[in-house]
Amino acid sequence: MSQGQNSSERILIKGNEAVAFGAVDAGCRCYFGYPITPQNEIPEVLSSLLPENGGQFVQAESEVAAVNMLLGAAACGIPALTSSSSCGISLMQEGISYMAGSHIPGVMVNMQRGGPGLGDIGPSQGDYFQAVKGGGHGDHRNLTLAPATAQECYDFMFRAFALAFKYANPVMVLGDAIVGQIKEPVRRVAPADAVSPEALAAMSKDWRLEGFGKRGAGASPRLLKSVYLAEGALAERNRMLMAKHEAMKAECAWECVDVEDAELVVVAFGSIGRIARSAIRQLRAEGHKIGLFRPITLFPFPEEALRAIAPGRRFLVMEQNTGQMVEDVRLALFAQPGITGSSVLWHGIMPGLFIGADALRDPMLQALKEK
Amino acid sequence: MSVQQIDAQWLPQEGETLVFDVNPVLNERHTHYCPGCHHGIAHRLVSEVLHELGVADRTILVAAVGCATFTYDYFNVDGLEAPHGRACAVATGVRRARPESVVFTYQGDGDMAAIGMAESLHAANRGEKITTIFINNTVYGMTGGQMAPTTLLGQKTTTTRQGRDINNEGGPIRMAEIMAQLDGVAYSARCSLDSVKNVRAAKSAVRKAFDVQLQGLGFGFIELLSGCPTNWHLDPIAANKRIAEAMIPVFPLGVYKDVTAGQEAGEAGRE
Ligand SMILES: Cc1ncc(C[n+]2csc(CCOP(=O)(O)OP(=O)(O)O)c2C)c(N)n1
Ligand code: SF4
Repeated sequence: MSQGQNSSERILIKGNEAVAFGAVDAGCRCYFGYPITPQNEIPEVLSSLLPENGGQFVQAESEVAAVNMLLGAAACGIPALTSSSSCGISLMQEGISYMAGSHIPGVMVNMQRGGPGLGDIGPSQGDYFQAVKGGGHGDHRNLTLAPATAQECYDFMFRAFALAFKYANPVMVLGDAIVGQIKEPVRRVAPADAVSPEALAAMSKDWRLEGFGKRGAGASPRLLKSVYLAEGALAERNRMLMAKHEAMKAECAWECVDVEDAELVVVAFGSIGRIARSAIRQLRAEGHKIGLFRPITLFPFPEEALRAIAPGRRFLVMEQNTGQMVEDVRLALFAQPGITGSSVLWHGIMPGLFIGADALRDPMLQALKEK
Repeated sequence: MSVQQIDAQWLPQEGETLVFDVNPVLNERHTHYCPGCHHGIAHRLVSEVLHELGVADRTILVAAVGCATFTYDYFNVDGLEAPHGRACAVATGVRRARPESVVFTYQGDGDMAAIGMAESLHAANRGEKITTIFINNTVYGMTGGQMAPTTLLGQKTTTTRQGRDINNEGGPIRMAEIMAQLDGVAYSARCSLDSVKNVRAAKSAVRKAFDVQLQGLGFGFIELLSGCPTNWHLDPIAANKRIAEAMIPVFPLGVYKDVTAGQEAGEAGRE
């Protein structure tokens, strides 16, 4: 299998394998990780793919070590990746906070499993809060992308590296056991908006560590750090981070399906967004006015886009947890005149359950009735 | 901060012999370390070695957490801050991303032998081509003198008020010996900074710990027995005495592993 594949050719791979191919095709040259189900195909594929492409693969002794290796490699301006699942991502929060504080562009993939604690290895969206509210200590945010298909697993790796380098910030790709394990046809072709590895390298030239000798005569040493002890220095740093989080709003991405005449709009992301779409298609065929709003960036949350379709509609948030994204949906919508609690309904699917479109029909029908 | 140029007025004039060079790898920032602290001496040794090896312009320093957090403020090399204990993992990432660079970590005993034990041992075991400067002062300096993994039995600290008890806290961990057990380690030695003689020996050991990295032989480890007059509640002279009388018997000085020694002997034998 090679890059520069014919754009009509498709290969049958898992979402996790698509992550690995996407990362390497996007320019990733270092991977650090520790095994955990349901994302093991990512390190397994990369353990041969990266060395074949002149890169480095290290199986770390823990997620704590893996994320700190990521920090070190990313500080050198090299596109670098780690991946894990839920309890492993908890261990990585230390490094994620340090990367955010030091302006280091790490990319990590979380193929969520059920929690809290050891939980199970089935699908879940229980790490939504952890992903979009920062997760580590201190004031920071991760740009968060939620793929729903194996193709998006591939494509979003390009976007993840581009965004990480653009903002010098951690980027999380938040999938789950379904999107990681699903096997479907993928086009291994760089998406139209892909940023080339050369362009990524150019984006890092003002901050990356390489030894000052590489920067020519008279160059000064560089330092990447997150400690700011002088009075007011940390305040200034955090104001700058805040401005960065604000600027990230330009990256909001979402998908709308059948919302034009919809009375009820389902808001769902990732795998659940995709399953909800199947249920919505059936209900549409039966004459119900129902549509889908699928956030693709979870942070920044596409609140403007959601507000734009709000007038005259009701919303049903569906997610595989005990109620997390619904808070962001309410925050976004309650700023809209006329939208109240009864306009934003919620239906949760408990972590660890594999549900089909049928399981979402009844709650959708119920919500359609509750005018 | 920019790399200092050596002003012509400091170079030897007629009739003068240069006995002590200006070292452009270390800058002239005022020290933040306590009077009598050995971190300054350790910085001096490491910077001299980098200068002599001529590698400062391709060196990346990974600083740890503890009193030496600000190591990077003194060294004129590219630098990076690691979370507490993770310096060897961060250095692994740096080395893998930039194989052509020279990478070193500078870590205290709390940093390396407590919270960062796993990261330290595994990086060493993988034979990462990095050099680790390990400062053993038997306490947590920065946080105010709590027990470290290297605290001596009977030593009073703010968290071992009756003295460290082997039944409750275990015994002092000997890192140079542990490191020497690992296949990836090319050089492991323990030196002391308490006397001129020991400082001189430490300098050549630090150099070896970098040499093995430059030769691509594996992980270079150097443990430096250092004073913490502040948290030992001793003046600097008495602190040096404590190193000689109380620490060295527990942490014997010496080279615990040197993969180049065999080579040299072999070559010498053929001559
Ligand atoms: C995760 C974490 N835990 C605790 C601390 C607090 N802390 C800062 S320095 C330090 C001890 C450092 O001791 P050592 O490594 O021996 O260095 P020294 O200060 O003696 O030079 C601790 C516990 C921290 N910064 N981060
Ligand atoms: S507290 Fe101890 S280790 Fe820290 S600077 Fe002072 S003397 Fe040195």
